[in-house]
Parts: sequence; structure tokens; C-alpha cells
Amino acid sequence: MTDAADPRIVLDPGDIARALTRIAHEILERNKGADDLVLLGLHTRGVPLAHRIAERIRAVEGSGVDVGELDVTMYRDDLRKQPTRRAHKTVIPPGGIDDKIVVLVDDVLFSGRTIRAALDALADLGRPSAVRLAVLVDRGHRELPIRADHVGKNLPSARAERVSVRLAECDDLDEVTIS
Amino acid sequence: MKHLLSIDDVSADQVQEIFATAADMHDVQRREVKKLPALRGRTVINMFFEDSTRTRSSFEIAGKWLSADVINISAKGSSASKGESLRDTVLTVCAMGVDGLVIRHPASGAAQQVSEWVDAVVINAGDGMHEHPTQALLDAYTLQRRMGSLDGKHVAIIGDLTHSRVFRSNVLCLTKLGARVTVVAPPTLMPSGIGPWSKEAGFATSYDLDDVLPDADAVMMLRVQKERMSGGYFPSAREYTVGYGLTRDRLRLLRPDAPICHPGPMNRGLEIAADAADAAQSVVLEQVSSGLAVRMAVLYHLLAGEES
Repeated sequence: MTDAADPRIVLDPGDIARALTRIAHEILERNKGADDLVLLGLHTRGVPLAHRIAERIRAVEGSGVDVGELDVTMYRDDLRKQPTRRAHKTVIPPGGIDDKIVVLVDDVLFSGRTIRAALDALADLGRPSAVRLAVLVDRGHRELPIRADHVGKNLPSARAERVSVRLAECDDLDEVTIS
Repeated sequence: MKHLLSIDDVSADQVQEIFATAADMHDVQRREVKKLPALRGRTVINMFFEDSTRTRSSFEIAGKWLSADVINISAKGSSASKGESLRDTVLTVCAMGVDGLVIRHPASGAAQQVSEWVDAVVINAGDGMHEHPTQALLDAYTLQRRMGSLDGKHVAIIGDLTHSRVFRSNVLCLTKLGARVTVVAPPTLMPSGIGPWSKEAGFATSYDLDDVLPDADAVMMLRVQKERMSGGYFPSAREYTVGYGLTRDRLRLLRPDAPICHPGPMNRGLEIAADAADAAQSVVLEQVSSGLAVRMAVLYHLLAGEES
């Protein structure tokens, strides 16, 4: 069986690598270096993306950057509307997030509800001096007043279309498709 | 699963899912803000018709950390002491719009019965001599954290089996997770009918603790439940300790890395000597903190998702 619409590749592995490199540079430029930076990847695919960006920052700056994982399952506003979801681990770097510049990293920015949940989760974990958002794909259709600071690709899409991000760490290959 | 009345309600996979969530919840205990919003707007009632410290407070904290509104009702000081029937008390409480009911009752089967009367999710926090599923889950979770997978591990459960709901739930849970279980008790505290059950469920029975201890990967000591004992089950406390207590001498028979569990409250000097209760291999306090995490996980799994 095939889908009615065949998936179209929007980003290939080279595109993804270039986008992440640019995001890493943007983050450094905006922050004037890697000081006080904490990258928090949102489960599931934001986590490997955060690690990839951190690698690039390390390569450019020579110094490491803190990376963590944030799970927002418990903070979602649609918990009650779905069967119980399995929560993932939240890992905050040992230095904490107080007075740090936290960059949330996610694969796709869509309604903005995940980011809303992430902001609530952050508030329970500490008080960063600033929170920024980096996403690989911004597909529009926001339902909340939220925007990304760093975007890999703006992808105009119809609401009914499906944007899938696959990453080697989770899916054995790098690609972004729309169908 | 809609309710948690017995360990039979959950599959081995679901148990592991609860444990995985519990591991996440464990991290919350170390946070400055110990609060998750998952059960915001949900109301959980703890109905305790029997005394309890740790189970009740841990369900209460678990609910509160998940942002549920938690109300405690105990038999003393409620209308139950004025002669109201269990059914009327439960229906009255549920008429207030309750989502979850955590119930402990001296009658075996009470939780099951209550679940047939109400729409709310019912969690059995101990029903007479029948089951205490969250205790079994937290015991297995504690052991699994210490020893890795329980598959093939030998766990000895020792003590007052006849009156123990903890033992019944634990046998079901541990065998479900692949552990080899041996239960040890004096003949007078071995439940009647255990022979056929042990054959069917696949666990061993023994009257000789000294024989079982050297081979155990973990031991669970059970409380001697004086409040449920009407007759003479053993001649004297001293005699029980000599035959079935985890004494200083017996501790030497046990492998030094084998965890020692006790569901509490402990009768120090009766079923467990202070040397064993306070030994490095004792996980009694770990059981308490695990209990909180496991109960948070259970509440989350039963109450957070869509209403069925």
C-alpha cells in the first residue's frame, strides 16, 4: 500500500548538516560566544539535534557547551485527550539552568504547543536569564504567540500535510519529507 | 487497565512501563520544585479504613506532586464510624466528582467490590489478606534498580504468609517478572491451600530458613501481623525469632550483596534484627522513596490519559 501523496524530500543529509552549522553559528553570534550557553533538546528528535549543534559549537569555539534533554509530556495541554503517553527522561546539565542562556532545540515548530509546555517545564527547573528557540523546520500554523530565534528551514505547508524529520540517531538516515 | 486492584491486572510489559515512568518520577524528588502538572484538575481521594503511615502519606504526596487535589478520609472520624455502609460512604464521596479512589480496607476484595459501584479509577492500597499491588510494584522496582533484571533471580519471602497481602501481590509480581520465588514460614503461618497454588504459579515453599538463605539473591522479610492474629500461631515471640527471624547470625548466611527488603513497619527484634534492618544491604528506606515514585507512576498511568 502506498500513500495517496508520495513523500517529497525537502531536506537531504547535506541540507540538514548545513542548516545545523548555520544555526550553531547564529547561536554563537547572538550570544557572543559559548559562555553560559545550555542547549536543551526536546524529546524525541530535538535531543540528537542539540548534540549535533553542540558538536559544531565545540568545533568553532574550542570549548564545550552544556547539553541536556527536556521531556514535556507531563506539561502538555492535550494529556487528557490521548491515551497515556510514556514520559522520557529530563536531563539537566550539572551546572543547572539558573542565570544561563537556554536554547531549546526541536525538530519541527508547528502549533507552538510543545514549546509552551517546554517553557512551563523550564519554570519548574530554574530561572534562566534568557530562553531561545532553535528548530530545524518551521512549518507555520502557530496556535500560540511563539516564534523561533533560529530556523533551519522555513517550510510553508498545508495544515493537513505531514512533515517528517528522520535522523540517523533514531531512524538510520537523515532526511526531512513532506507528504 | 482501568483500575489497579490486583497485580493480575497488569502485564509484565505494563509493569516495566510503570517502572520506566517511576524512574523519571524519581528525578522529580531531587528537584527544587517537586511538582508536575500532569494531574492538574483531577481529584484523588485516599480512603483508609485501616491504619497506615507510609502508604497513605506516599499516595498523598504522589498525588500532590502530580498536581492532583488529594483528600484523605479515614474510618476514624468519618461517617463510617457512625455505621454508614462502605457502599454509601463510597457513593457519597464519588457524588462529589472524584476521579481516583485509593482504598485500603480490612476486608479482602473490598477494592474489587468498590470498583463495581463507581465510575472513578480505583487503586487497591491493601484489602485485608488479599493484595497490596503498589507495594509489590515498589518492591520489585527497588530490587530491579539494585540488581538489574529480575529474570532468573532467586527471591525469598519470609514470615507471616497467612495474613500477608504483601506476600500475595509480591509472588504474582515477581514471578511475572521471571524471578524464582521461595516462600518461607512456620507451618502455622503457611496459608492453607498454598500447595496447589504454588504448583500452578511456579514458586517454592519451605519451612527451613537456614536452608534457603545462602541461595537467595534477595530477601523480603514480612511483618508479623499481631493485629490479625487471634489464635496461637507460635508459642512465643522468642521462638519465632529463633526459627524465622533475620538475626545477626542468619545475616552471615546471606550473600553480602543480597538486598534485604521489609515493607514496614518493622518489629525490630522479632522478624528482623537491628543488625539486618540497618545493614548496608538493607533497602528499607530505598523502598520508601521508590514507593513514592512508583505511586506517582501508577497515578499517572491510570489518571492522566483520556477518559475511557
